[in-house]
Amino acid sequence: MVQEVKQEFWRWPETNWVNPNIDWEKGKLITAGVDVGSVSTQAVVMVDGEPFAFGNTRTGSDSPTSAWTGVNFALEKTDLKVDNIDYTIGTGYGRVNVPMAQQAITEITCHARGANFMYGPEVRTVMDMGGQDCKAINVDERGKVLNFIMNDKCAAGTGRGMEVFADLIRVPVWEIGPRSFNISKEPPMISSTCVVFAKSEVIGLLEAGTPENEIMAAYCSAMAHRIMELLNRLGVKEKFVITGGIAKNEGVVKRLEKELKIKTAEQVWYNKQYRDKNIPFDTQIAGAIGAALFGNALLGMGKAKSARKA
Amino acid sequence: MIVAGIDVGGKNVHIVIKKDGQTLGKGAGPTGIKKAEAVEQLYDEVLKKAGLKRKDVERVVATGSSAKRVAFASGFIPDAAADARGVIKQIPTARTIIDVGAEEGRAIKVSAEGKVLDFAINEKCAAGTGTFVEAMSRALEISVEELAKIALESTQAIPMNAQCAVFGESEVVSLIHQKITKPDISRAVMDAIAGRIGSVARIVGLEKDVVMVGGMAKNAGFVDSLKKTIEMPVAVPEDPDYIGAMGAAEAALAGAMTEEAKTKVVEKETITGGKA
Repeated sequence: MVQEVKQEFWRWPETNWVNPNIDWEKGKLITAGVDVGSVSTQAVVMVDGEPFAFGNTRTGSDSPTSAWTGVNFALEKTDLKVDNIDYTIGTGYGRVNVPMAQQAITEITCHARGANFMYGPEVRTVMDMGGQDCKAINVDERGKVLNFIMNDKCAAGTGRGMEVFADLIRVPVWEIGPRSFNISKEPPMISSTCVVFAKSEVIGLLEAGTPENEIMAAYCSAMAHRIMELLNRLGVKEKFVITGGIAKNEGVVKRLEKELKIKTAEQVWYNKQYRDKNIPFDTQIAGAIGAALFGNALLGMGKAKSARKA
Repeated sequence: MIVAGIDVGGKNVHIVIKKDGQTLGKGAGPTGIKKAEAVEQLYDEVLKKAGLKRKDVERVVATGSSAKRVAFASGFIPDAAADARGVIKQIPTARTIIDVGAEEGRAIKVSAEGKVLDFAINEKCAAGTGTFVEAMSRALEISVEELAKIALESTQAIPMNAQCAVFGESEVVSLIHQKITKPDISRAVMDAIAGRIGSVARIVGLEKDVVMVGGMAKNAGFVDSLKKTIEMPVAVPEDPDYIGAMGAAEAALAGAMTEEAKTKVVEKETITGGKA
């Protein structure tokens, strides 16, 4: 019997990382942020407000397990234990079910704060493109949310829409962005808004012999256009940044920039020290960073008590 | 006079051949990718079965989302106009028509003469269309027919949170994990679509008699959910999936080769906002 190997093209690689410049045992406050999203889960551990370790994993069948997977993955290459953490804040879709957390804060608040830390206080608009929703957030210089709008009802314009497309066209999801520029001319965008109808449209294009790369370009354009609708309603101000998984897809980002006539901020740490020490930058961890920073601030102001056990 | 009505929809082609009040032949087949070819092939098949030749047919009126693919049509009418004519011919008391096909859901307010007074349509989103049921039946690993049947055996109403068909699939999987029975999940799927089309229908206003047509009208579980959602009786004509083709044939007989209908396109509101 021939066994069919099912390749999952949507599967993006999980990553973790430790900051070698920090000795956590010398730190005063160790805080963690755990962002349990609908598709991915991130855990960030900070020592006195500096990023120490992070892990980016796929969300499993339930929030508590996913939270543990994320935290254990972040701490994998360290000797820090969960019991050594002073305060943990859960955020994201599954924030109320984060077992090691003392508190939950909405992901909109955390993403705004995290983007402020990662990209700097000049950030005014944050577009968080998540697995199953997307949010456009206007923030002030301290990373405080001024107003926001979101779509959490429709898969069009979300990471999930891109995953469905990757599986359909049988191209790994991270290759879609680069390949979408490998074309002779920019094709018209996919006209269907609905992901289900877009699938039929893509099948039609494949049948008609349209080159795969052109279809990827057409899909990326449609997604950029969809996000535009959201941003136009909110009003975009520079510095404009995109967080979340889709921020890694240049096929969508560059087309969005073109349509918006606004450049997104460079995907590098605002803090020169992190940049120089090559601390990896990951657009998906903004929520978890924000959560960990809130923990640090609460402890620092004496508004929360340390839950450290060891 | 012998006429043909051809309805080229998102998923299927329906053809009806009529001689005055009498139906000489009819047939249906998948639209597929090559729509024009599918139409030609089916048309010849239906004619052959009726013992007719193309030259015997005096007028051909096409309707449906891909009506223009009928190269040999002598006239085109909008879907809503075809629905209105087709329904009024069978059920003269109809005032509201709800048509749920593979890729569209629409509600039509119709006069006693079969004239379209108002209509609203959702063609942008798979929620509230037959495609939604197909996607959910895949997640449930049962056929669409089975899903429609077992929905009637449901013992409890479970609300579905997801509106989107893509998110709905994951929700169905999680309902399976929660050990919710397949009949209850099937009912939840039907209720979700009924809710969506119900809100489209409220835009034109629900007036008795309400008649349901389109492929989804053959789905007993769905018609039951629709009745409960709109809290009104819902009549289903004979061959509800052929209504568009029958209406087109009626238009051909009446010599109404071009007709217009005003559209209200409904796009679901997916954006919410707030201040923190």
